[in-house]
Amino acid sequence: MTNSIEIKNLDLSFGAVKVLQDLNLNIGTGEFLVLLGSSGCGKSTLLNCIAGLLEVTDGQIFIKGKNVTWAEPSERGIGMVFQSYALYPQMTVKGNLSFGLKNARVPKAEIEKRVARAAEILQIEALLDRKPGALSGGQRQRVAIGRALVRDVDVFLFDEPLSNLDAKLRVDLRVELKRLHNQLQNTMVYVTHDQVEAMTLADRIAVMKGGKIMQLGTPDEIYNQPRNLYVADFIGSPSMNFLEGNLEGGAFMVDDMTLPMTGYDFAAPQTADRPAIIGIRPEHVVTGELVRNAPLQFEADVDLVEPMGSDTLVYAKLGQHSFRIRMDGQARVHAGEALAIGIDPARASLFDKATEDRL
Amino acid sequence: MANSDTMAAPAALAAGPRGPKPKRRMTRGNIMVYGTLFIFALYYALPLYVMVVTSLKGMPEIRMGNIFAPPMEVTFEPWVKAWSQACTGINCDGLSRGFWNSVRILIPSLILSVAVASVNGYALSMWKFKGSEVFFGILMIGAFIPYQVMLYPIVILLREAGLYGSLTGLVLVHVAFGMPINTLLFRNYFASIPEELFKAARVDGAGFWAIFFKIMLPMSLPIFVVSLIIQVTGIWNDFLFGASFTGPDLYPMTVQLNNIVNSVQGVKEYNVNMAATLLTGLVPLTIYFVSGKLFVRGIAAGAVKG
Amino acid sequence: MALSEATDAGQAGPTKKPTRLFKNMASKIAALPMVFTALVIFVGGTVWTIVYSFTGSGLLPRLKWVGLDQYERLWNSRKWLVSIENLAIYGICSLILTLVIGFTLAALLDRKVRGEGALRTIFLYPFALSFIVTGLIWQWILNPDLGLQSVVRGMGWEAFTFDPLNNSSLVMFGLLIAGLWQGTGLIMCIMLAGLRGIDEDIWKAARVDGIGTVKTYIRVIIPMMRPVFVTSLVLIGSGIVKLYDLVVAQTSGGPGLSSQVPAMYVMTAMFGGQNLGQGFAASTMMLVSVVIILVPWAILEFGGKKRG
Repeated sequence: MTNSIEIKNLDLSFGAVKVLQDLNLNIGTGEFLVLLGSSGCGKSTLLNCIAGLLEVTDGQIFIKGKNVTWAEPSERGIGMVFQSYALYPQMTVKGNLSFGLKNARVPKAEIEKRVARAAEILQIEALLDRKPGALSGGQRQRVAIGRALVRDVDVFLFDEPLSNLDAKLRVDLRVELKRLHNQLQNTMVYVTHDQVEAMTLADRIAVMKGGKIMQLGTPDEIYNQPRNLYVADFIGSPSMNFLEGNLEGGAFMVDDMTLPMTGYDFAAPQTADRPAIIGIRPEHVVTGELVRNAPLQFEADVDLVEPMGSDTLVYAKLGQHSFRIRMDGQARVHAGEALAIGIDPARASLFDKATEDRL
Repeated sequence: MANSDTMAAPAALAAGPRGPKPKRRMTRGNIMVYGTLFIFALYYALPLYVMVVTSLKGMPEIRMGNIFAPPMEVTFEPWVKAWSQACTGINCDGLSRGFWNSVRILIPSLILSVAVASVNGYALSMWKFKGSEVFFGILMIGAFIPYQVMLYPIVILLREAGLYGSLTGLVLVHVAFGMPINTLLFRNYFASIPEELFKAARVDGAGFWAIFFKIMLPMSLPIFVVSLIIQVTGIWNDFLFGASFTGPDLYPMTVQLNNIVNSVQGVKEYNVNMAATLLTGLVPLTIYFVSGKLFVRGIAAGAVKG
Repeated sequence: MALSEATDAGQAGPTKKPTRLFKNMASKIAALPMVFTALVIFVGGTVWTIVYSFTGSGLLPRLKWVGLDQYERLWNSRKWLVSIENLAIYGICSLILTLVIGFTLAALLDRKVRGEGALRTIFLYPFALSFIVTGLIWQWILNPDLGLQSVVRGMGWEAFTFDPLNNSSLVMFGLLIAGLWQGTGLIMCIMLAGLRGIDEDIWKAARVDGIGTVKTYIRVIIPMMRPVFVTSLVLIGSGIVKLYDLVVAQTSGGPGLSSQVPAMYVMTAMFGGQNLGQGFAASTMMLVSVVIILVPWAILEFGGKKRG
């Protein structure tokens, strides 16, 4: 796979504040890459750097092999979709779609053709003569996507495009966006703080924190093999259970419990003993019939039950530690009861307590 | 409000939510409120009324009568006289000369100052460059410097440029001194426009002027009106600059009005004076009564700290 | 936030293209009138006047240094001292009364009274008028022979005397009546905006707690409106220092010297008396007084924010 976007040693500071630090990232042609992180992590800043809307302090950006570090946004061969849609309120939908092409002095016939094609793909033909004020949120976002589409570029940049929509519409548009990507096969860089969007849309996810990429990998890798404590904690809802203890001779010791890590895929073949943290996802804890087959079995005391329809979240005590367990929606558990649970070390994650890196 | 509610409480205590319906509050408190407002309304409104009635009376009626009394015999003679015959020194062609001077000052000043201020505000909010905030800061501080401090250096500047005593010179002075408040107004307005709209336009390949004319201008008509209102009233009402930078032939209306009314020669014709005063106040008053809420918005914008 | 802060070529990295310097050029060119106004007129003009206030300029500005002579002469001039005293009387009264009347009217209008729109229009319209018009109207109303005084006397109250414009100890109050008439509407408007900005729930909470209306205003609302009061104070203060047109129109500084104000002293010295040095020194003193008003405000407003 050739690289569509290459980012080399990118630095960006506002005064003394370093927003991005020595950031390297290669995005393949046709790849859907999601930049994921909580607010202030630098994900939108990075996207704005790629778009040329922010001047980088140091480093270089290549798009399709061309150094565009200092190029104007319009010269970079990108299209961009914004969170607030950013449609020009006084222009019709058609005016919005063709504004960039007019600035680029594209011939009129060509503009017509491209607008018609984008409108067809996004099914907004009927709206072409309306003003943005007369459109619904979902329609506006389609037009915003259309504005990127008519530019006929290989790279699409999305800055939290769905966060202003209500929950149901967000799901619909998410599906449509994925379909659009399958159809167009162009490179998409997508910024979001919503992990569901990230997991469902991405070919690869870059989890960011403090201007650095914490982990770059497929959704599967990010979910199953988080490279450090931050990623482990950030991904998954409800979030992972963490227990602090010690790794001793291939087993994890916490208080009076011993968890032999048989089947766990250590990063290094010989991992020395050290203080460590084990992470277990609430949905990876088994109950009921399945406990018998689990490598490790414990008894937990149910503290609080949150039935959520599709599943049930149980807050339990394991020894002195609070522990979240996700059971199916039909589970009948009550506070005060004892609950047999099973854990498979192969699905757990172990982190060095000092470095917070995966072991 | 709170007082009358607590007074009604004991009655309700006995039998739960029953008893007489609480009376519509025409209480002592309300009388106080409306009474005070009425007295102040008189203070503000009476002078305008006095001006109007005086300007419609003949001099004999004024000499014997009551300034608050409506005219027994309405005459428009004072208005005609104020407009076309009132004297300032040697000139006896009335206020009309000052009116047309003011118009000739006002229109170019308006166009220039609103154009400059809107571009300033746009550059300051969306295309900041190194030092742009410093210049803006100086501009804001400059708004508080007493004009007398800068008056003489401006005389020298205008003289050097060959503009001293001309309307062009006065126009430039109005543009310069209207700049702080109007730049602030436009800067705050443009800063409130979502930044993403500006980004989208840049991705679409629009530059400084294209974004200004095609995206920002069509969106900001109300703020242009506010700025125009500020400038019309400010420039029309100016006395200091008009008196300092122009000569008797080019005096704006306010200066001429003052010279007519406060001239020591001749018999005082109060009705003509009031007609002249009213004529001078007519332009800003019209703007005020027509623009309504936008005028208030202009004032509020002026009050916002930079 | 700066969207496109152009960096100087000096700190550019090696990969930067040489055209960096011209980045954002349109913006820089467009800002030239502002830069000229800020640097040449505001800074240049002010510095020029201050510098020449230390010279013996008479009919024409000359760089003949006389040290603090002009200031010494200024503070020994009876006319200047009277001007300062007059402005102090006018200023203090105007400041207090404008705030009190402005707030009272705003608070009354905020009580959901009927005809609020009409009342607001009446309170504010004088602000649209110039000081010249204001001065001339009130000169007429306060005319002793035909104005307010004669009307009251005509109603049978023969001993009634109200002739501030011809009484040297009252003339500043005659100006004050006109100044308040013109300017209180603005402050009312700002105060009303401030009151409207206060959360309705504050009033509900005060009512639930059984705090009376007046007490709520004094204890809760006014402290919350501190920024509005500060803004008003600055506006009123800088307006007072500039007081000139109103005096010219209403009293021409008379009777005698009794309504002279500093701005008038400056204008006479510069354009009437061919005594430029005095004019520069006096206007520099006006500037100093503005600085005295503004600096505490600036520290209060901006100094605190940076630390917090």
